[in-house]
Amino acid sequence: MDEPSATQPPPPDADADAGADARAHAGAGVIATRGLTKRYRGGQLAVDGLDLTVPAGSVFGFLGPNGSGKTTTIRMLMGLIAPTSGTARVLGQPMPRASRAVLPQVGALIEGPALYGFLSGRDNLTRYDAADPTADPRTRRTRVAQALDRVGLSAAAGKKAKAYSLGMKQRLGLAAALLQPRRLLVLDEPTNGLDPQGMREIRTLVRELAFDGTTVFLSSHLLDEIEQVCTHAAVMAQGRLVTQGAVSDLAAGARGRLVVTTPDPGDAARVLKEQGVGDLVVAEDRVTGEPPERDLAEVNAALVTAGVRVRGFGVERASLEDAFVALTGEGFDVAG
Amino acid sequence: MSRVEAAVPAGAVDVPRRPGPLWTFGLLRSELVTTFRRWRTLALLGVLAAVPVLVGIAVRIETGDGSPDGRGGGGPAFISQITNNGLFLVFTALAATLPFFLPMAIGVVAGDAIAGEAGAGTLRYLLVAPAGRTRLLLTKYATTIAFCLVATLVVAASAMLVGALLFPLGDLTTISGTRITFAEGLGRAALIALVVAASLTGVAALGLFVSTLTGSGIAAMATTVGLLITVQILDQIPQLHAIQPYLFSHYWLSFADLLREPVYWDDLVRNLGLQGLYAAVFGTAAWARFTTKDIST
Ligand SMILES: Nc1ncnc2c1ncn2[C@@H]1O[C@H](COP(=O)(O)OP(=O)(O)O)[C@@H](O)[C@H]1O
Ligand SMILES: [Mg+2]
Repeated sequence: MDEPSATQPPPPDADADAGADARAHAGAGVIATRGLTKRYRGGQLAVDGLDLTVPAGSVFGFLGPNGSGKTTTIRMLMGLIAPTSGTARVLGQPMPRASRAVLPQVGALIEGPALYGFLSGRDNLTRYDAADPTADPRTRRTRVAQALDRVGLSAAAGKKAKAYSLGMKQRLGLAAALLQPRRLLVLDEPTNGLDPQGMREIRTLVRELAFDGTTVFLSSHLLDEIEQVCTHAAVMAQGRLVTQGAVSDLAAGARGRLVVTTPDPGDAARVLKEQGVGDLVVAEDRVTGEPPERDLAEVNAALVTAGVRVRGFGVERASLEDAFVALTGEGFDVAG
Repeated sequence: MSRVEAAVPAGAVDVPRRPGPLWTFGLLRSELVTTFRRWRTLALLGVLAAVPVLVGIAVRIETGDGSPDGRGGGGPAFISQITNNGLFLVFTALAATLPFFLPMAIGVVAGDAIAGEAGAGTLRYLLVAPAGRTRLLLTKYATTIAFCLVATLVVAASAMLVGALLFPLGDLTTISGTRITFAEGLGRAALIALVVAASLTGVAALGLFVSTLTGSGIAAMATTVGLLITVQILDQIPQLHAIQPYLFSHYWLSFADLLREPVYWDDLVRNLGLQGLYAAVFGTAAWARFTTKDIST
């Protein structure tokens, strides 16, 4: 039964120890990596000393521009590639050694869906389910039907997968991740190639799953996507972890901006400068800047006293994008 | 998207599910179904089934002028006997397909086994399911062996059918000159089909090993078929007789020894031993490669 290989999980009698191990490490996060590093054979350093901790029950956004090492990290977490150095624990157990105990509890969508084009959507799921040693063949049909229903593919279940649109393929890939109740879902850019409606549906699904208690690890290069669904986030740039934490904390790290809407932008800018507002930017009828330490009510009063007609006055909440720019000193669309 | 009961709160799945005892057979079944539903597999079997039809018709036309025993010389073994007894078409067809058509079909299926899944990306999903690398490899090899058997049986069955339709059937003369009944002849034919299928297990292991080396199914198939052709050529060069006994194809045609009375076993045993050696060497190499390989497609 056991598979004597470096990349294989331990023999079944070691599972008991592994279970105790898992409970002992429960506090360490659903995913915990230490110094995780991957240098590809070509010499490309794709992930560099990653220390990542994903809290249980979180919707964790793994954010970074294309080429920043997100997929490489996920491949290591799923035991598909071996780290060059460092360690990764998933559900408290070491990967890739404990693959056989860990992976049945993990649903994954990695670098887009991959399907057998000559099989129907339903048969694709049946095949992936048959590959899971813990999947009960007696409930296979029902679970496949439920997974198809959950992603809205019931009507197209009998169609050959090669006739599916990109969005349908993506949903079928998601359905494969949902064939069993999972403790962890790893979704690598799940909204890639979807239209806005499809994106919304994925977000709704992620929220539902999180509500059910599944930890969701979601990679994306889209900031607003992470902001909309994630409770926690980590930011990657060029293979390195820039920051990680609760989304609210990350956004709070970057201060909001004062925004004044007025038909007299020139006068407004002059008054605001006198009031100690820094980094002023004037764009048509909008003047924005870094809010001063003093009470904003006084700033507003000064504008009115100077005869500036004010239409709108307020502080815009800092976005994750602001936080990213503040952290990396560069725009988000820079490829690694 | 609708909510269904499939989702159970995390607390309910704290206890890791255990593998079912018959799980490996579920994977094997899935693999067999998937392989034999591929259009390419069916096309290969179709080509193999067509060979005996062509040989049978050709022989029929050749001898249609009334000369019952047209010894034309040349051509595959046993071809001159077909007009006397349709059963010989089975032996002729196997002798005609074994050097190239059969191993080429095996090379395509074996070469594609891992590399094709890697190229399509489905390999990563099988591995995270998790199929287990050793088990997936064993399943792939078992399926390739099953294909060897099915491919050989398709040739034999097609030949038997065409032989029965176009030529008389009856008792037959062995290579040694003795007579055996038609029933015993059928038994020998079945045994020969099994030996031919077993003759292909070496090239199947070689193909599987090549399949673990690349992420492209086409490249793996081409390499395996290329190796097959190279080996067949090397086996024909007299100066290389020192290495020829180690080429997987060297004793392939020894299956004819099953038509001797008594059966001459030496080369048959050498052939099966050589196939076992190839299966062990390349099977181990494939395992060593596949279980440590980075899957990044
Ligand atoms: N199989 C591979 N072989 C060599 N280099 C790779 C491979 N896959 C990715 N890379 C490189 O590693 C870096 C990180 O890639 P990746 O992990 O795919 O980033 P992301 O998923 O964030 O877009 C990139 O520079 C990419 O070119
Ligand atoms: Mg990626």
